[in-house]
Amino acid sequence: MKNLKMSIAAMLLLTLSFANGQEKEKMNHDHATMKMDHSKMMNMNNDAKAEAILNDYFNLKDALVADDTKKAAQEGSKLAASLKAFDASKYTAEEQKELADIIEDATEHAEHIAKSEMSHQREHFKTLSKDISDLIAITGTKSTLYEQFCPMYDGGSSWLSTSDQVRNPYYGSKMLKCGKVKKTIN
Amino acid sequence: MKFAKIIAVVLLVAFVGIQFVPTERNQSDVVPKTDFMLVNSVPDHIKSKLQTSCYDCHSNNTQYPWYNKVQPIAWFLEDHIKKGKAELNFNEWDSLSNRRKKSKLRSIIKQIENDEMPLDSYTLIHREASFSEAEKQELIQWVERLKDSI
Repeated sequence: MKNLKMSIAAMLLLTLSFANGQEKEKMNHDHATMKMDHSKMMNMNNDAKAEAILNDYFNLKDALVADDTKKAAQEGSKLAASLKAFDASKYTAEEQKELADIIEDATEHAEHIAKSEMSHQREHFKTLSKDISDLIAITGTKSTLYEQFCPMYDGGSSWLSTSDQVRNPYYGSKMLKCGKVKKTIN
Repeated sequence: MKFAKIIAVVLLVAFVGIQFVPTERNQSDVVPKTDFMLVNSVPDHIKSKLQTSCYDCHSNNTQYPWYNKVQPIAWFLEDHIKKGKAELNFNEWDSLSNRRKKSKLRSIIKQIENDEMPLDSYTLIHREASFSEAEKQELIQWVERLKDSI
């Protein structure tokens, strides 16, 4: 029995090794296509796409407020998908450049949130929040938003919310109501 | 006993076999104009620290250890280097926008602050790559200043 197990293990190791070797080439290609994804997007109403991004962002924020790592990870990957689906074609050339930059940065943070534990998710959420504010400054939004601020987290950190009630995504239940409304948008 | 022998042979054949699977080498003589050290004025001691502690996995040129060609170690290294470069490649620093630079610098600070970089599996062999508490603080402060200047 032991021998059988060992030979199975040996075979597995062998197969795995080869499979791994085969993947090599493929991965390099993936990188090139990933970069191109930003340019091939469907042509639909822009605002709706920006609203979809916002919506995912708020769901992510709520998951962080609720200290729910798993939910935050799911919302992170949804947000990454909405960010990639954003269409900047109706904006001016200058805005497009800025938007592409914002989207690239935000996507990276959203993707990290999708695969990290809570403390990392919150670190990335900080930069992500800045990206989303900058995005909204260009695209505008239908809803009234509140930029809120927690002076304690990482030397002071902001986030966006649809409510003027403070619910802190950086500390969750530990300091749920720490922070204040800094600015009302719209 | 006979079985044990067969298995030993199988394992040996597998080990020898995997040595023939090629790996990609991360080596380059060229330091592009976009390199972090070329576009920023980096003090010498920080320069050498970054070089020893980060550049093996975060640039186009790895100083490989002697055992690097032995499988499956080579795959392990290759995988780390690939992931490392995808996150951050110091050689291509200046091709990033200011937003991206700030973002990366923030991540560098966090990774070092939380002792997540350099990886334990790396410092285990490259003892000189690990950071003392003083080195950590010094580097973090320098990176903070660079981030604020962008």
